Amino acid sequence: MLVQIVSLGMIVTSALIIWKGLIVVTGSESPVVVVLTGSMEPGFKRGDILFLHMSKDPIRTGEIVGREIPIVHRVIKVHEHQESAEVDILTKGDNNLEDDRFLYAHGQLWLQQHHIMGRAVGFLQYVGWVTIFKVCLFFLNTPIDLEIKQWLPFIVHSDRCTGLTGHI
Amino acid sequence: MHSFGHRANAVATFAVTILAAMCFAASFSDNFNSPSPTASVKILNINWFQKESNGNDEVSMTLNISADLSSLFTWNTKQVFVFVAAEYETPQNALNQVSLWDGIIPSKEHAKFLIHTTNKYRFIDQGSNFKGKDFNLTMHWHIMPKTGKMFADKIVMTGYRLPEQYR
Repeated sequence: MLVQIVSLGMIVTSALIIWKGLIVVTGSESPVVVVLTGSMEPGFKRGDILFLHMSKDPIRTGEIVGREIPIVHRVIKVHEHQESAEVDILTKGDNNLEDDRFLYAHGQLWLQQHHIMGRAVGFLQYVGWVTIFKVCLFFLNTPIDLEIKQWLPFIVHSDRCTGLTGHI
Repeated sequence: MHSFGHRANAVATFAVTILAAMCFAASFSDNFNSPSPTASVKILNINWFQKESNGNDEVSMTLNISADLSSLFTWNTKQVFVFVAAEYETPQNALNQVSLWDGIIPSKEHAKFLIHTTNKYRFIDQGSNFKGKDFNLTMHWHIMPKTGKMFADKIVMTGYRLPEQYR
């Protein structure tokens, strides 16, 4: 029993080390995100995972960017101010008819660079489902379940392992 | 050491590792592609050109967008996302990029196209700087792979100018 607890602890801590290492290397707070909705189809489908990378370069149109709530959409408008070099950004999911203003805070018309967590630079299909199932099956209905969710923030919106919530 | 669980875990881990290596190799093969795309955009008509009630200029245009992007496709390409953005400078903003039109090219057969369209997204300024404004039209594309790294590039077309007067 003790052996199992220790090996469990080692798995969890190495996952944490890899996760934190990725955050440092990519410069993004959430370097791997799971695609939750179909708003970027047919490019990205539900269950794919995206790799995000953040740099100080100003955001430009066409880049696919993710925010704190992991909505990864494409930038369609950029206005960069002369003096401050601050950037106003508007995003839209490829598969949505409307731009994202209905998702922004009330009265907010633009995002700024500090809202952006990273640019999508690569992706893997279907792997998101694997990750979610693996964690869920291992920890279903145990008190550890909640703690893991805290440490693995890319598993978002999965209150229940049988389905994903989130209607963004 | 040989329980079902251990064996299943070993097989699954190995399978995932091999699949990941294959995905990486597929993505890496995209680096050997040297594309030669062409594009051109013609403004056929300025439909209207006004200052909105909030003080921002807006213009509506009809465009002919033509391109041949078939050399961008590899066996690892799922689709190419292409868009045309207007880029210009104003006294308040060092750079403005406004996407006017975008589309998805699902396969190589669709990659040579001519589109006749009004601007899909509204061309609105932050302010009232459009009269007589010189601007570039840039065609950007994102090659979205079946797996792995995404590539993006663009062609800049210069020499466009908005009318001196509202109409």
